[in-house]
Amino acid sequence: MTANPLEFRDPQRARELTEALERAVAAIGRNPVSVMHVCGSHEQAIARFGLRATLPRALNVIMGPGCPVCITDMPEIDEGVALALQGVRIATYGDMIRVPGSAGSLADARAAGAKVDVVYSVAQAADLARETTEEIVFFGTGFETTAVATAAILLNDPPPNFSVLSAHKFIPPVMEIVSEMPDTRVEGFLAAGHAATITGSGIFEAFVARHHIPVVVAGFEPLDILAALLRLTEMIRDGQAEVSNMFPRCVTREGNRNAQEQLWKVFKPIGGRWRGIAHIPNGNLRLRDEYAHVDARKRFTIDVNALWHRSPSSLVRQCICGNIMAGIASPSDCPLFGRECVPEAPVGACMVSSEGTCKIWHQYGGVPDLRAPAPIEGCLRCVPAEPAPVPAPRVDGGVA
Amino acid sequence: MCLGVPGRVTEVDEMTAVVDFWGVKRRVRLDLCDEPVQPGDYVLNHVGFAIRRIPAEDVQTTLELYEQLLRENTGQGPEDLMAADVRAEIEAGRS
Amino acid sequence: MSTVPQTDERIGLKHGAGGRAMRRLIEESFRSAFTFEPEIPAGVLGLSAMDDGAAIRVGDRWLVMTTDSHVIQPPFFPGGDIGRLAVCGTVNDLAMMGATEVLGLTCSVIIEEGFPRQDLERILASMRQACDEAHARILTGDTKVMGKGEIDKIVINTTGIGLTPFIIRDCTLSVGDRIIVTGTIGDHGMAIMATRHGLALDAPLESDVAPINGLVRAALAGDPRAITAMKDPTRGGLASALSEMATKSRVGILLDEAALPVKPETRGVSELVGIDPLMIANEGKAVMGVKAAFADSVLKALRAHPLGRDAAIIGTCTDERPGMIILDTGFGRRLIAEPEGEPLPRIC
Repeated sequence: MTANPLEFRDPQRARELTEALERAVAAIGRNPVSVMHVCGSHEQAIARFGLRATLPRALNVIMGPGCPVCITDMPEIDEGVALALQGVRIATYGDMIRVPGSAGSLADARAAGAKVDVVYSVAQAADLARETTEEIVFFGTGFETTAVATAAILLNDPPPNFSVLSAHKFIPPVMEIVSEMPDTRVEGFLAAGHAATITGSGIFEAFVARHHIPVVVAGFEPLDILAALLRLTEMIRDGQAEVSNMFPRCVTREGNRNAQEQLWKVFKPIGGRWRGIAHIPNGNLRLRDEYAHVDARKRFTIDVNALWHRSPSSLVRQCICGNIMAGIASPSDCPLFGRECVPEAPVGACMVSSEGTCKIWHQYGGVPDLRAPAPIEGCLRCVPAEPAPVPAPRVDGGVA
Repeated sequence: MCLGVPGRVTEVDEMTAVVDFWGVKRRVRLDLCDEPVQPGDYVLNHVGFAIRRIPAEDVQTTLELYEQLLRENTGQGPEDLMAADVRAEIEAGRS
Repeated sequence: MSTVPQTDERIGLKHGAGGRAMRRLIEESFRSAFTFEPEIPAGVLGLSAMDDGAAIRVGDRWLVMTTDSHVIQPPFFPGGDIGRLAVCGTVNDLAMMGATEVLGLTCSVIIEEGFPRQDLERILASMRQACDEAHARILTGDTKVMGKGEIDKIVINTTGIGLTPFIIRDCTLSVGDRIIVTGTIGDHGMAIMATRHGLALDAPLESDVAPINGLVRAALAGDPRAITAMKDPTRGGLASALSEMATKSRVGILLDEAALPVKPETRGVSELVGIDPLMIANEGKAVMGVKAAFADSVLKALRAHPLGRDAAIIGTCTDERPGMIILDTGFGRRLIAEPEGEPLPRIC
């Protein structure tokens, strides 16, 4: 079994990058230096590799509103739930079924008898529609990286009993909004590498020109993230405001034109509320009028009023997910975190999604200081007692 | 199904390709790919669609990018690792 | 007379998934219903211990007993079937308590009307095969049939008893003990997930279902006191088993991610669906705490056995953060939380 050359996980290189990052942050002199990423997958990668335990203490890497499940607004969830309770079969991605709307989640609707299917891909939902005569509505969530898939399906002869309830989102506008928030201290952004694969790195140039805040497009391997953070802190240190592409293997300045054409053929950006944050101009993706025939909002009459006889629980009013998503608060600031709001009984969306800040904090223990206080007797390799041997470079360019 | 996972193409037909994810093979759709692919190419797969053909030479480009960044930052290349480690240890001892 | 607690909660799938929700159900409902007054006499290890089995002192030995019901869907899966699972699950639970010689098993089946007789024959043959591998015998059982739609295909319950001079608990890890796992993790759950969700994989992902009493016997053959605690990481995976052991033992566990044995196919599927192999069920593996001085010799004994070829030392017990599992990723560290139930695939 050959090694995966697209994994960039050399621990020695990681140590070097972390040390360089430590120096760069120290040279800035401020504590903390706050940067924000806007991608759930970045947070997953950071948590999974335990990177926060080795990042400089003065570097505050905030998770911004980049978890698409979390920022899907309650009225949008309610549309899906109402449709499901009206007897329409809904297909959606796994995380979505547990997100609470104002009167329960899709999972609650399923427990009450509604038909809700979990799919891994919108293509699977379309296949489902081909195998049956009943109507299938794909409840589409996710950013542009995922919206393009929905577009591709709609452009490719979808079955007549298939339609889309779009709650897709578009990420670039949110950087503007976060940068304009009064309490913001964000000095730089990591841009989502997969979304930028579609849209291109050029899309951030106007933002950088306007706000003079550097943006680094980052990949998802541990070395990608460390290198991107290093580049970002360098630019902050040197007062540079530019777009830097640190994910060139996937991202070009123009992006994926083929995918962009399909996306904008099918979807149009409109303003809308993101859960708990604010109105984001051009932040929501809805089907264009030419695609009304596959738009679930046009095909069905969705009666959300029927849901609203149940008032939202009082807990919802104490939920501070919005501030958490905007990077202004952290889960430990929330009175409900870990008590009334836990993964098996979530109050807010941040606790539902596997990429939600609160879920990750709860699952991985937040951002505890896991740095080894001292080498542990007999421990395998948690703290290197001496520098690891330098791996010999491989002739084919892979990582040893 | 995932979320920005790279793989290697083993077979191609018109609309789809079989991609090897280092232990698991899966058929993905090519509608959204930026360039035509052929067996041996790397692709980035997202929810069942290839969204980018990753040029093989970019693996080396990526590694060089890290090295260049480190060189700029420390003023030295990866050959000088030992000195960098020692320096970092001294700094850590001081703080 | 005991009062019945009042609640309008409904049992959900999470309550059977082997994670936190199930544990709380057992603690809150089953244990409180079956607590005895006066206290159970000494010489009986019962429900309050929530170990892999119960044990009753008989003369100078312990009689270990355990029971399991098997509801796996689909009944036939790559690498095994519900019958094999039913035998191995119970044999392995006995072995986890130290009872590697099985005195006998029971086999109770509940079959759905319309279930093909041929499938039943296949399952029974598979159970016989598993018994032979484990040197165990099915001595008694029961057969019921329910109407079509009243039960899903077939449910099998097995109970097992064994005798052992000493029992091994899951709450007796000490600081400094090494953690050893007997082979690759996540294979069973990933194979089932791939089959059940029709992931249409070309790679052969097979369940690891196998009786490991012989393997455990090999590990105990050296100095039986070398193994301080043991558990089989079934539902909830290694994370769940270690979490329970660490909490009960009041130690922290530091794991080395690079040392975890994972098959490439299992890793590949887990990357694709975004679920950690640490959280996924195993049906032919054990995780044990071993006194540091004996770690190498126990490892050697395991690796000499056909079912233990991939055994590895994966961590150490510490006094840092008792009850918690810290994973050294090579890039940093993170806490492994107790899984809460059946994992869902991520979305974007």
